[in-house]
Amino acid sequence: MKHVIVIGGGVAGMQCASELLRQGLAVTIIEKEQDLGGKVRNWHKLFPTFTPADEVLSAMRHRLKISNNLKIRTGCQATTITANSVTLCSGEELKCDATVIATGFTLFDAQIKEEYGYGIYDNVITSAELEQMFNENNVHLAHGGTPKRIAILHCVGSRDEKVCQRHCSKVCCVTGVKQAIELKKLFPAADVFNFYMDIRMFGPGYEEMYREAQTAYNVHFVRGRISEVSPTFNSQLQIKAEDTLTGRPLKMSVDMLVLLIGMKSNEHNITLRNECNLLAQPSGFMQPQDSFIGNVTSNVDGIFYAGTITAPKNVGESINEGTAAARAVIEWLNKH
Amino acid sequence: MKRSSWTDYQKEVADDNYYYARSCIRQNFFPGSEKVFLDILSKDLGRNIFDDPLHTSCTGIGYHSDVVPLETIMTVVARQFALMNEAGYENFTSSCITSFGIYTELLATWEEFPETEERTRENLYKATGREFKKPKNLAHTSDVIFHHREEIARKAKRKLINAYTGEPLKVVEHIGCHYAKIFPKKGVGGSEFPYVLAGMVESWGGEIVDYPERRHCCGFGFRNYLVQANRGYSIANSHKKLESMAPYKPDFIVCNCPGCSMFLDKWQYTIAEMDGTTYGQNGTGIPVLTYEEMAGLVLGYDPWELGMQMHQVNVEPLLDKMGVEYDPAAKYLGRNGKFIGRPEQALVNSCAEESIYKTSRRR
Repeated sequence: MKHVIVIGGGVAGMQCASELLRQGLAVTIIEKEQDLGGKVRNWHKLFPTFTPADEVLSAMRHRLKISNNLKIRTGCQATTITANSVTLCSGEELKCDATVIATGFTLFDAQIKEEYGYGIYDNVITSAELEQMFNENNVHLAHGGTPKRIAILHCVGSRDEKVCQRHCSKVCCVTGVKQAIELKKLFPAADVFNFYMDIRMFGPGYEEMYREAQTAYNVHFVRGRISEVSPTFNSQLQIKAEDTLTGRPLKMSVDMLVLLIGMKSNEHNITLRNECNLLAQPSGFMQPQDSFIGNVTSNVDGIFYAGTITAPKNVGESINEGTAAARAVIEWLNKH
Repeated sequence: MKRSSWTDYQKEVADDNYYYARSCIRQNFFPGSEKVFLDILSKDLGRNIFDDPLHTSCTGIGYHSDVVPLETIMTVVARQFALMNEAGYENFTSSCITSFGIYTELLATWEEFPETEERTRENLYKATGREFKKPKNLAHTSDVIFHHREEIARKAKRKLINAYTGEPLKVVEHIGCHYAKIFPKKGVGGSEFPYVLAGMVESWGGEIVDYPERRHCCGFGFRNYLVQANRGYSIANSHKKLESMAPYKPDFIVCNCPGCSMFLDKWQYTIAEMDGTTYGQNGTGIPVLTYEEMAGLVLGYDPWELGMQMHQVNVEPLLDKMGVEYDPAAKYLGRNGKFIGRPEQALVNSCAEESIYKTSRRR
């Protein structure tokens, strides 16, 4: 029985594994965390349908139960990867017939954008932390109380030459709209402002959700980036920005600032590039063989990609790539 | 403030043997500060520092006002470095923030565009017959005081503590745009949460006030002030900062930059005269100190020896709070007991009940 190692147990890796199992192959998933699910484990609801992330993950876990030929190695990381073997950080070497890399992305560290005061001012939080608060049904200010005025800042660590993240993280715009609606549902009297450069609503239902945020939920959208955040005397946050549509500087106080942190390539991609002869893009994400008909194939025979290892993608696209990668693996194994 | 990021921005500061470059503004408005810096380094800390009478202005004010071209300022700076070499020093320390910004900028320019350094060497040689080596270490004088802050704390005669309450004094620190906003990695703590003054204040017992307009320019901004028609813009910036900090009731402001010390001090007089507002407590202005004056007070220097009689806003309320003993009669006596003149009484120092800043009227 052919054996495929899938590195990364997020949604792309899980989907790829379940497809391979369905086709009668043996699969080992290597996951650095203690549980499968990747970043989606920490998300609350998924745009644009507000489907609970748990629901999607439960379905995907269920799919993995299709066969007994699955081994899951959690809490360990792959170091060296070839088409026929994967070496774990413990030094153990696992043999295989093909490998799929689905190690995803890293969330941008908001502390690098010092001007926003993340890690310094209590009520400056990241979009990932807000998802956690939604999950715990406990959205609150640091010292208690509910926010009455909330700003959501787009493109934190995306499209930003100063922090060497020139790429668009793609999903932050729609996440900002989704989180604004969720906040309005929780706090109908609150004012919620989205500060954006461009609103990029690329997926089905996204544009409609953006309009609904304005018409049904009265979410405010200001085209301009926040330049700095400071504390006020009454423990609010003062933000300064430029409203580029009116061409005027703007200053306001808010209770909470949510930073929509972008997707950054993993540090480990450097190892993949240097030690596994895999090609990377200037953004640090891995380079697929071709952008149209080979986007799950790497430049090394027998090594495949799935999900956000190659570029920022949404959950649905990542799952689809899991399927595509599994099919590419099977096609390749049939030829070899 | 949690200020966790300042440790990411460390800079190497030489421990001894400094070549000292004075500041045009500071020499005129705060001459005591430069003298006490030299005294602290040589007498209190036992370090070697050379105050060279041959060096000139860096011409930074002219450069930022489009009067002095880039090639000229590069040659002037190269001459300063040549003088440092001739005096046998490698560590350059500048009293002025703008000069520090200029030196940093030109060293970076020479690094990025070596042909400009080559041309500067030619220009310097043609003009003066001199050659130069770049400094091994470049630091602003506040970096030097920051570097020695714990040693100063150990020798402290007084702390930044309110003698009446035992509470830490509340201090507003103002860094100055040219210290780290241009090259954040060249300033202690970077540009967003600079630590160079905050580190001194914390080491000497005080407490830093973080307020909404902390990062805002003091209003000097060269052309804001040098072009007479723009002066309203200059005072508007200082006004914005003072309005923002007043609710926190700071005991004093400490500045890094000669221009900032001057404008935050003197515009308080103007604002008081214009709209009758003072921002300190009990109807006075907020005293504005240079970091050398702050270090001097901590080390037990006499405030008049520090030149604090040159301030527009009287410093006596702060001296009283710190428990500093001083002779009021000696305030306007210069060297050898010569009377240097007394300024007219001004609203900013009058303790007038009606001038007291009231938060409620601003809301």
